[in-house]
Amino acid sequence: MKARIIITPKRAVLDPQGKTVQNALEHMGYSGIQAVHVGKYLEVELAATDREAARKQLDDACHKFLSNPVIEDYKLEVE
Amino acid sequence: MNFVVLQFPASNCDQDAVHVLQNVLGHSARLLWHKETSLGGADAVVIPGGFSYGDYLRTGAIARFSPVMQAVQQFAANGGPVLGICNGFQILCEAGLLPGALIRNRSLQFRCEHVYLKTVTRNSPFTRKIGDSKLLRVPIAHGEGCYFADADTLQRLNAEDRVLWRYVNAQGEPTEISNPNGSLENIAGICSEARNVAGLMPHPERASEPLLGSADGRMIFESLVDSMAERATAKAA
Repeated sequence: MKARIIITPKRAVLDPQGKTVQNALEHMGYSGIQAVHVGKYLEVELAATDREAARKQLDDACHKFLSNPVIEDYKLEVE
Repeated sequence: MNFVVLQFPASNCDQDAVHVLQNVLGHSARLLWHKETSLGGADAVVIPGGFSYGDYLRTGAIARFSPVMQAVQQFAANGGPVLGICNGFQILCEAGLLPGALIRNRSLQFRCEHVYLKTVTRNSPFTRKIGDSKLLRVPIAHGEGCYFADADTLQRLNAEDRVLWRYVNAQGEPTEISNPNGSLENIAGICSEARNVAGLMPHPERASEPLLGSADGRMIFESLVDSMAERATAKAA
């Protein structure tokens, strides 16, 4: 079983990296870029067979450790 | 006084902190490896700078789960003084001992330079001996020192007089250009609700002797020693 976790900076948090990438895209001539948010992507391989239990466990880990709720949001997908 | 200075994989300035506490201020100070589970009767804890665990995931995110941090949590809950410097500040925020978080500098650059700090309040064990109009000239060296907290937390920090230092210019004004990392409201250091835990991004241990260009950082350690002496007297009474 595999889980995918996408971590992005909260909208209220300054994201200078996203802003810089956005500026670069505009300089390159790509138009209509409204905003870029640079985050992290984690792929977790699991030995578990119970998807719900695995999700619960990873959700806890996301909240406690893998993301920082003060500055980040996360999205967890277990497949 | 007995200090312990924690040591994580990739701590730095840990030796400098021990040097200042021991050789400059004349107290007992020893390094304590992060795998230890006891603070061994220390009177105060210093969490030094560095890049613990290579700053993987987020700065301080992994170090905060090191065994020694359990003991620090307990020590802090009992009112013991804890000072986090640079990475130590990041670890304390990740551990929830201080509110907010430290994120990438607004400039995206690693900044390594001297800054001026204005001490906002003397009402803390870390600032009580700092002269009223004294600006501290101390170095910074970090890539992720931009202090962030949500609006409610910021409001609370201000209302409770918990912002200890702000980045200012040589005239003591908190301008945008004197803010090296984009920290909200030029915040360089804060303390906990009970005031016994503090963190700051600048390195006072690198500026505690005139030979190093500034001895201003020493006042922070002297404040701490002074408050510890008072705490010891109160305990004995």
